[in-house]
Amino acid sequence: MPTLEKVLALLLLAWAGAAGATEPVIGLGEALTEADLARYDITVFPDGRNLPPGRGNVTEGRVIYRDRCAACHGESGIEGPATRLAGSDGLFGWDDPLRIIRIKKYPLLIWSMGARWPYATSIFDYVRRAMPHTAPKSLSNDQVYAITAYLLYMNGLIEESAVMDQQALPKVKMPALDRSVSAWP
Amino acid sequence: MKTSDLSLVAGGGLLDRRDFLKRALRYGAVAATAASAAPSRSHASERAPSASLTPALPQQGGQREAATSGAATIADSMAPWMTSLGGADVAYGSPSAHEREVQRSRKFDAPQTAGMTMWHTPLAALQGIITPSGLHYAVSHNGLPDLDPTRHELLIHGLVRTPMRFSVERLLRYPMVSRIRFLECAGNTAYNAVSPFVEDHSCQELFGQVSCSDWTGVPLSYLLEEAGIKDGAAWIIAEGADGGSLTRSLPLEAVMKDAMLALYQNGERLRPSQGYPMRLFMPGWEGNLNVKWLHRLELTANPAYTKDESGLYTQVLADGRIQRFAFTMEVKSVITRPSAGMVLPEPKGFYEISGLAWSGHGRIAKVEVSADGGESWAEAALQEPVLDRAFTRFSIPWRWTGASTLLLSRATDQHGRVQPTRKQWRKRYAAHSFNHYNAIQAWRINRNGRVENAYA
Ligand code: HEC
Repeated sequence: MPTLEKVLALLLLAWAGAAGATEPVIGLGEALTEADLARYDITVFPDGRNLPPGRGNVTEGRVIYRDRCAACHGESGIEGPATRLAGSDGLFGWDDPLRIIRIKKYPLLIWSMGARWPYATSIFDYVRRAMPHTAPKSLSNDQVYAITAYLLYMNGLIEESAVMDQQALPKVKMPALDRSVSAWP
Repeated sequence: MKTSDLSLVAGGGLLDRRDFLKRALRYGAVAATAASAAPSRSHASERAPSASLTPALPQQGGQREAATSGAATIADSMAPWMTSLGGADVAYGSPSAHEREVQRSRKFDAPQTAGMTMWHTPLAALQGIITPSGLHYAVSHNGLPDLDPTRHELLIHGLVRTPMRFSVERLLRYPMVSRIRFLECAGNTAYNAVSPFVEDHSCQELFGQVSCSDWTGVPLSYLLEEAGIKDGAAWIIAEGADGGSLTRSLPLEAVMKDAMLALYQNGERLRPSQGYPMRLFMPGWEGNLNVKWLHRLELTANPAYTKDESGLYTQVLADGRIQRFAFTMEVKSVITRPSAGMVLPEPKGFYEISGLAWSGHGRIAKVEVSADGGESWAEAALQEPVLDRAFTRFSIPWRWTGASTLLLSRATDQHGRVQPTRKQWRKRYAAHSFNHYNAIQAWRINRNGRVENAYA
């Protein structure tokens, strides 16, 4: 006995396969307009796709970081309690001799964004959608560019004079990229 | 039948589960049921001092004068609840007030994670394979959104012919499927993955980021086909409607085959902490990408490298390379009774060892148990049903000798994947890598009956 599931799957296949067929089998979905989508379409891709216009520099970023981020991530991005944003990865490291004690207290400090993330665009994407943790989506695009610049500078990946925008950000190379492998074939 | 009548099948006092079967057959009346796959359980639990592993109900103070004259009523010598009319029931039931200590435990409380919450399932207090919805583990990265289901929509766009939106009301009209499946956080048992020295944590703290439910929802393929997948689409970016818009990239091929838009859990609509009104459900895959409060699916050629696939949910291999997109949770098991945090009530005597096994690759084929630190092993009984990518309950009778020993369980799945030892697992990863830990777990039974976490 074919199950309902199988019948539906076959119907869907038949429908998908029939060139020019426009009537979906179930078809309860409604068309999504550009305007309805635009306000939610916030994902930024490694090649820079979907980065918004705007710009920000390290100096501006430093001010915003101290004001909006340091309380949770630490003055230098390594003290916690929330995730380590700068420096090397691991239980021990020359750049932070207190690391093992910090991790014992705040387990999320076991890895570092600067050392683990492969693309700089992801910093912009995440900070804009989720940070500060208690006030997500409260920063302007310019502010997010500025903070992204400061975090990259903290990690020694750009000059203090650098400006981040749609063109510059995707060009910043993160050290983790060359060490990355995908488990998905 | 005394426990001394049971035959030993392995060191440390492991008993032959088939002895229970033989006993049942002798009684004839239960012969029909005894022929089923896991007959030892009912008889084992009948004789097991199971109640003594949990706090005993205090003796009621109904010890009034025994009825001596014709004026006395039978009520005089009975427990009070047997001699009065009971109370009212309630519209939505909850567990007995005597079971109030069975709770999820909150790990990494604020300010340690500055607000990210992890609630662990009390595995050792539960039986069977279904986790009650309110006890299902939950990791919420950005708190629980206070979401209005009448305004919530699922958006599908990107490499599709017709970008679409679906209201919850419309989604509830689609044909649905139900699947009993486990869900496990990639970081479950992370303490034992990274701590160089054994830390004294309970089973709940160590293993509580795994649960199993009956999930019901719409196969995602129905909705994606409706939008029409364009050539070149290979990934799907799933985003939640929580404050931080949690986002993960999943390979489209696997999503088309296996993903469900889950709307119900254990028969009722999803709980808020499981993503009400809907979540993505990918059987066997790490918890994080089963995006809760799902509201947007973007079809793309490449992954987005979102925050979670960039850092927290990656593994560092022994050679320093960073492994990404390792989705499947591996074959794993844990003895839940007895387990760390419990005290065996009697110095010697009968216990039923009982636990859970699961694999993100398929069904569990067998679970072996050792009561002598891995020197000898015996196969445990698997309780039906044994389902694809679901909890499988195993059990084996045990007569504790009273000596200090290590209890171990080792699961094998239908593809022959076996749990590694902790040493073998550690060899694959850098010292600080903690995700996807599935090594054989050991519980130390101390002479005083105290059960503790141990490395075998
Ligand atoms: C109230 C505390 C708090 C504040 C303030 C805060 N964060 Fe966070 N941040 C967190 C927590 C908690 C996490 C971990 C969230 C998770 O893993 O889901 C986090 C994670 C991050 C991450 C991801 C790191 C990684 O490797 O996963 C980045 C980047 C980040 N924060 C940047 C910022 C920036 C920039 C600001 C200031 C604009 C900021 N945060 C302010 C608590 C905070």
